[in-house]
Amino acid sequence: MASASISKYNSHSLENESIKMVSQDGVSQDLSENVPQLPGETLITDKEVIYICPFNGPIKGRVYITNYRLYLRSLETDSSLILDVPLGVISRIEKMGGATSRGENSYGLDITCKDLRNLRFALKQEGHSRRDMFEILTRYAFPLAHSLPLFAFLNEEKFNVDGWSVYNPLAEYRRQGLPDRHWRITFINKCYELCDTYPALLVVPYRTSDDDLRRVAVFRSRNRIPVLSWIHPENKMVIMRCSQPLVGMSGKRNKDDEKYLDVIRETNKQLSKLTIYDARPSVNAVANKATGGGYESDDAYQNAELSFLDIHNIHVMRESLKKVKDIVYPNIEESHWLSSLESTHWLEHIKLVLTGAIQVADKVSSGKSSVLVHCSDGWDRTAQLTSLAMLMLDSFYRTIEGFEILVQKEWISFGHKFASRIGHGDKNHADADRSPIFLQFIDCVWQMSKQFPTAFEFNERFLITILDHLYSCRFGTFLFNCESAREKQKVTERTVSVWSLINSNKDKFKNPFYTKEINRVLYPVASMRHLELWVNYYIRWNPRIKQQQPNPVEQRYMELLALRDDYIKKLEELQLANSAKLSDPPASPSSPSQMMPHVQTHF
Amino acid sequence: MFDTPKDWCWELERTKGSVKYKTVSVNEDYRICERLPAYFVVPGPLLEEDVRRFQGHGIPIWCWSCHNGSALLKMSALPKEQDDGALQIQKNFLDGIYKTIHRPPYEIVKTEDLSSNFLSLQEIQNAYCKFKQLFLIDNSTEFWDTDIKWFSLLESSSWLDIIRRCLKKAIEITECLEAQNMNVLLLEENASDLCCLLSSLVQVMMDPHCRTRTGFQSLIQKEWVMGCHSFLDRCNHLHQNDKEEVPVFLLFLDCVWQLVHQYPPAFEFTETFLTVLSDSLYIPIFSTFFFNSPHQKDTNMGRKSVNPQSKPLTLLTVWDWSVQFEPKAQTLLRNPLYVEKPKLDRGQRKGSRFKHQRQLSLPLTQSKSSPKRGFFREETDHLIKNLLGKRISKLINSSDEFQDNSREFYDNWHSKPTDYHGLLLPHIEGPEIKVWAQRYLRWIPEAQILGGGRMATMSKLLEMMEEVQSLQEKIDAKPHRQEAVHTQAPCLLRNSARLSSLFPFALLQRHSSKPVLPTSGWKALGGEDDLAKREDEFVDLGDV
Repeated sequence: MASASISKYNSHSLENESIKMVSQDGVSQDLSENVPQLPGETLITDKEVIYICPFNGPIKGRVYITNYRLYLRSLETDSSLILDVPLGVISRIEKMGGATSRGENSYGLDITCKDLRNLRFALKQEGHSRRDMFEILTRYAFPLAHSLPLFAFLNEEKFNVDGWSVYNPLAEYRRQGLPDRHWRITFINKCYELCDTYPALLVVPYRTSDDDLRRVAVFRSRNRIPVLSWIHPENKMVIMRCSQPLVGMSGKRNKDDEKYLDVIRETNKQLSKLTIYDARPSVNAVANKATGGGYESDDAYQNAELSFLDIHNIHVMRESLKKVKDIVYPNIEESHWLSSLESTHWLEHIKLVLTGAIQVADKVSSGKSSVLVHCSDGWDRTAQLTSLAMLMLDSFYRTIEGFEILVQKEWISFGHKFASRIGHGDKNHADADRSPIFLQFIDCVWQMSKQFPTAFEFNERFLITILDHLYSCRFGTFLFNCESAREKQKVTERTVSVWSLINSNKDKFKNPFYTKEINRVLYPVASMRHLELWVNYYIRWNPRIKQQQPNPVEQRYMELLALRDDYIKKLEELQLANSAKLSDPPASPSSPSQMMPHVQTHF
Repeated sequence: MFDTPKDWCWELERTKGSVKYKTVSVNEDYRICERLPAYFVVPGPLLEEDVRRFQGHGIPIWCWSCHNGSALLKMSALPKEQDDGALQIQKNFLDGIYKTIHRPPYEIVKTEDLSSNFLSLQEIQNAYCKFKQLFLIDNSTEFWDTDIKWFSLLESSSWLDIIRRCLKKAIEITECLEAQNMNVLLLEENASDLCCLLSSLVQVMMDPHCRTRTGFQSLIQKEWVMGCHSFLDRCNHLHQNDKEEVPVFLLFLDCVWQLVHQYPPAFEFTETFLTVLSDSLYIPIFSTFFFNSPHQKDTNMGRKSVNPQSKPLTLLTVWDWSVQFEPKAQTLLRNPLYVEKPKLDRGQRKGSRFKHQRQLSLPLTQSKSSPKRGFFREETDHLIKNLLGKRISKLINSSDEFQDNSREFYDNWHSKPTDYHGLLLPHIEGPEIKVWAQRYLRWIPEAQILGGGRMATMSKLLEMMEEVQSLQEKIDAKPHRQEAVHTQAPCLLRNSARLSSLFPFALLQRHSSKPVLPTSGWKALGGEDDLAKREDEFVDLGDV
């Protein structure tokens, strides 16, 4: 799939990427005079404004607003600042200052972004320029409120790779060796009639009929029945995911559900109990009974063992990230950095998520028992736990395409509510449904890649690119809450996948230290001694934190790689010259490049 | 090293300091002062009798010269006198000394009084005691119990903050030398603790030579061993006087580690080198870090013994690494990322002004922030005093914040690409100051990352270097012999992906692949309780 030739559209989009790279509030070297434009992007307006940079002070510039981005170029000679912000990243636009405001630069707009920064622009009080800009920005940043399409539906970018073809559920289950004697693929949800937030294709125990599944669905919140996520290739232990059982205050039971879990347990010969991990703190699980939910009681599920993983809910995570922003933007907390960081609890949450995933992975890998994971609805914490455990267990998911499949499968197809959690194109910035659950997952992946720098095919940039396009609305990948909604909107036909962008230029996202190791289980150390704040993401707008790019360790390694290839070539030339002397010259001189592949295979 | 005049002359030549500074041998056989080395360097016009006057106290001693001619000096305080008359004499003496170095060709001097305006030794000792305690962990339970409040525990030790303050001070001094063209005179009671720390830290940042292994070793010889840092007392080798124990040298190594960690390609040595060096501090078979002064060493080792009868003590030097490590292990001390400076300078460096060329003639353009005194002007004395007064008063008001000049200097430097062979300024923002994990976490099994950590990339690099090297050998051998050199360089790190993050220290590999699991629970969320109790989404599932 690696790109041999790059289409003109592709190179165009790359250009944009490079501009994005320098568009931090720091110094930018981009000299191109044109406002970058994607195919399908149209310029709406441009205005002279003063950008109030929190690091370098006010900078006079011209802002261009398109239906996709806000682009600002400095008009001052001693500053080459460029801002390139997809409108999708905007969560809130506020007017600052009124007609009576006097102070310098006190009249303008304050824009809060989802990627942990704020943009402030000062405008002239005369001539309605603020009103215009406010209205245009509101219209295009929050198209849903104005019955406008998201930009992803207007984007006409073309790539030489189709990212939508990366994930094929059948192929992925086949890779796992499914279906087999104990597991079958069911099309019961083909038209999303069993569960409208699940994918069309599900893997369930062979012995359970579709009718049985329907009866189980009644007892699981939003009909999200236990289905298979991953199976261990050797010991055949499985990771199942679902939502909470509808136990309620009265402690209701459901024979079908109980029997179903027993069938799952019996799919492998092990006679141990089925392990159920409820991701929530136990108090929350108990409290859920009041609203009809709950957890599997010992009485009803005698062949199961339940433990709580103490991971908090979406509201706690949202507040925690807010606190992170408070200590890093615009100024980094100086005097009490460590205790401030601790008081955000962000890393503590990361620790708990990782700890939970390690437990899941360990149970399965050690062959002790199969695992069933759920939280309340099974689309936030559950997705985090299953996907991280799978990342620990299955080295395939640590490749670029494997990771794409993992995200596509455990997050996108199983209905993590991206639209609600991110609020694409939606103006309701205070919506309680918003929460950085997916960001937290990516942070966990980053922590793992930090602890195991040779185990992942992708680099940090890959993760940051995913996060950037989680908000940008340039691609259809993260739009909508579930597969059924995406199908209704014909997302795969009408939008481009973010994997098209990434896979058509894979080299940029590769970790040179990657060493392929099949069957290696990775257990990160979920200790505060090793967890750290992802500075390159959370504090990337601060020019003082600007990391050395490219990473010097990587760069040196690449130099050595090049040198090695060079030497190998030389050596082969020498060999040829020698053999030419010794024997008859070969009829057709074999070029060194022909010999290269065999030398390179072990890398 | 630095126990002969030759070494000092060579160092003066290397830094182009020999025009203004000279090596003196008045203290041969420690005739004047036991707290000074036998040979050292002072400003050219300084008279030998001045050195003698207060037994070597109160005279500016040269540490290092910057490419622009400004120098880093240190000076010990004069003995405290109660008597007014004696005080007056001291004052006059000091005035005389200052006059000597205030006169052209010397740049104006900024004085940094480290005894009053900076860290106290007690603070350092207290912080380190608390910090060290955090890593003395008996069992798994304790490890996980402390894990949840790890950051606040770290902060309450203040150790990282002390490192930060040292780095910040070093940046300020660097700014004076580099951007303002000022001499900096470090002032301390004995000139043998914080003076050593700051002068050597500044040199590591400013002089790429100090970032090579030999350069770093000779820096430690020059500033610490010959600078009479009281290793015996500060390390409390004899456990005689706990009050004197202060890990100043360790603090220096930790500051250097921060730089090594932030700029891996800039150093010829690795963090492992620093770790084993820090260990060697406490191995009493080496003479290097065993004495309070060269005088004490010479007396005890019999070389210059007053009593020729006494049996001379023979101790080894730390710098002979083959004593401690076999050649294979020594490769771990060499940084595979380090590339020697290319001989040809193609002007890619961050401003050619970092070249070690001193301007001997009067610069025609004056840099905006440094009012440079004229080489030929006579009436500058007045101006200098004026300026000096201002600078000093500014210094006294020093707060936790950078001075404007330093802030600008710092931001400016960081906004440009890094030249690993040029000036190096550490990041000092909170998130950038880290725990020297290799040193402090190495004996804690719970903290071990099986098959991971920085070692994983480093060993990949070493493997690649070996491969490149062996290929090179093959190529070199090729023209002469048909048979290629098949002998692979002995590989230390084969199967490196399975090494633990604690390599090369704790070889206690957990062979079981059992993960370590935190045992302690969740810390109360405080004020967020109502949020925590909420449901993700309010949907009444009621009687579904």
